Amino acid sequence: MLAGIAPLFGATEFVRPAIDWHAAAPELTLLGFGALITMIDIGWLERARRIAAPLTSLALLVTLVPIITLALDGNDRSMFHGGFVVDDYSLIMKATFVLAGYVVVLMSTNYIAEGDYWENEYYGLLLSSILGMILMASARDLISIFVALELLSIPAYMLATWRKRDLKSNEAGLKYYLMGVFASAVMLYGMSLLYGASGSTLLVDINDAISVATTLDAVVVIGIIFVVVGFAFKVSAFPFHTWAPDTYEGSPTPVTAFISVASKAAGFVALLNLLFVGFLGRDDIFEPLMWALAAASMTAGNLMALRQTNIVRLLAYSGVAQAGYMLAPLAVAGTVPDKALTASVTYLVIYAAMNLGAFAVVIAVARKTRSAKISDYRGLFHYAPGLTVAMTIFLFSLAGIPPLGGWLAKFRVMEAVIEADTASGLVLGIFVAVNSVIALYYYARIGFGMWAEDAPDGDLTPVNVPLSLGVALTLTALITIAMGVVPGDVVGRFTEVSLLAGG
Amino acid sequence: MLLNQFLLLSAVLFCIGVYGVLARKNGVLVLMSIELILNAVNINLVAFGALTDNVAGAVFALFTIAVAAAEVGIGLAIVLLIYRNRRSIDLSEIDLMKG
Repeated sequence: MLAGIAPLFGATEFVRPAIDWHAAAPELTLLGFGALITMIDIGWLERARRIAAPLTSLALLVTLVPIITLALDGNDRSMFHGGFVVDDYSLIMKATFVLAGYVVVLMSTNYIAEGDYWENEYYGLLLSSILGMILMASARDLISIFVALELLSIPAYMLATWRKRDLKSNEAGLKYYLMGVFASAVMLYGMSLLYGASGSTLLVDINDAISVATTLDAVVVIGIIFVVVGFAFKVSAFPFHTWAPDTYEGSPTPVTAFISVASKAAGFVALLNLLFVGFLGRDDIFEPLMWALAAASMTAGNLMALRQTNIVRLLAYSGVAQAGYMLAPLAVAGTVPDKALTASVTYLVIYAAMNLGAFAVVIAVARKTRSAKISDYRGLFHYAPGLTVAMTIFLFSLAGIPPLGGWLAKFRVMEAVIEADTASGLVLGIFVAVNSVIALYYYARIGFGMWAEDAPDGDLTPVNVPLSLGVALTLTALITIAMGVVPGDVVGRFTEVSLLAGG
Repeated sequence: MLLNQFLLLSAVLFCIGVYGVLARKNGVLVLMSIELILNAVNINLVAFGALTDNVAGAVFALFTIAVAAAEVGIGLAIVLLIYRNRRSIDLSEIDLMKG
């Protein structure tokens, strides 16, 4: 068979590519543990339920080890002609995904165990989704970006539908699935056009081929637009956000946290890889696109968040707005690429911490109130002062109040758009500033209710926060605060565009 | 080589697929429309690959076929689940959550 098609493509003798096992160690570790959990589940059934969550936590912590050794080693590594790159940027994102996954496992432990759900499959799927994410951080090739995207999305569709007999969870999963596969199909069509215009699937080669104008310019333009639109669905940017509020509301809350943080961040990582390695020569096409997406997302997201009565839906729309802030530096990526990359990565890392924390509080409060209504947060301070302080930290960080992490994130975005010193960049800066004020209103409204008003039913029994959820809250709160107050900007100094392509 | 004809065919398939996703109310028909888009992608990839004598296009098409199978497996499972719970797969009736 191979001999049959080889002459068609002018193939030469097959040479096995060199494999750098150290560079692939994080992915291989996670893959091994994922397979182990699946096999334990098949072999042990009921007995396996008790060890599934601890084993998953262990898997994620062990995966951090090769990430740290790679970071200490410091060399940029590249495999498969530059299709798989390990550099500082991808290591930061891998560490973020693994830690975010760890926090999600901590949040899930009691929720999933008490809800009479299937447990081992849950953790197996969670691990394969995280595997897709850390693969995405290194992917510099259309095929590996596509495979990583599906590897992280397909388990997420199943996780969103996890409560099989609950109609809302069904609906959440169906909407997420249909929007997700439609977006990836459109994105694939764009990728096929880009492959046709450049004759290669490697992002570096694509950039070389499309930077010079050819007769195929229309194909390049359509290709870039379709690819960007495909990922705009993934990061829930307006007007491709319609699935987000429904999916967030209907899914089990730990899954919502996972989708809104890890899956969104993975979409952004893919966008960053594509824009900074593959399309940087064509900033005339993607910059206006990013500008429109960013401005529309933050404005529409914030305006729709104003009239929400359910805290999960409010966080969904606030997530749309946050996606707008994260897209803003990409609108000036051609002018100040290093600053834009720093701003996006900083925002992603800080957003992961503060949004996961907010969802952890939502899970904790729902253990007592069994609801996600914003009105049920009134008087929280009187029976759960610790949770109130934590929620205030997360909400004010999302709003961008100094000295919390969210402030640094917004500062980096403003720095990038202003330093670009173009009219469009400055207008976008005004958009960010105005929207921060609108957002402060609905975040502060929840805060005011928690601190100053009385509990709606006068029920002052304290909220029972299990240990693992408490650890998740403490971890995210500490990271949110530390990112804002620790001088020297932990994330910013590692990211330079020139390093991304891996040489 | 007759590249234009292949690209035209795939563009037409793509448009039919997008129309189907947006206009159809039946869950299974939407899934079939998505398959049409994916097949448009495969035609593109194989045609471009054959034009430039580059094997990457055919390899990409194989990956697309494999992943599309996994996607549709999950999709049919979700549609079946909804049919069991609601006795209908009309997408316009699935509107418990709004706002």
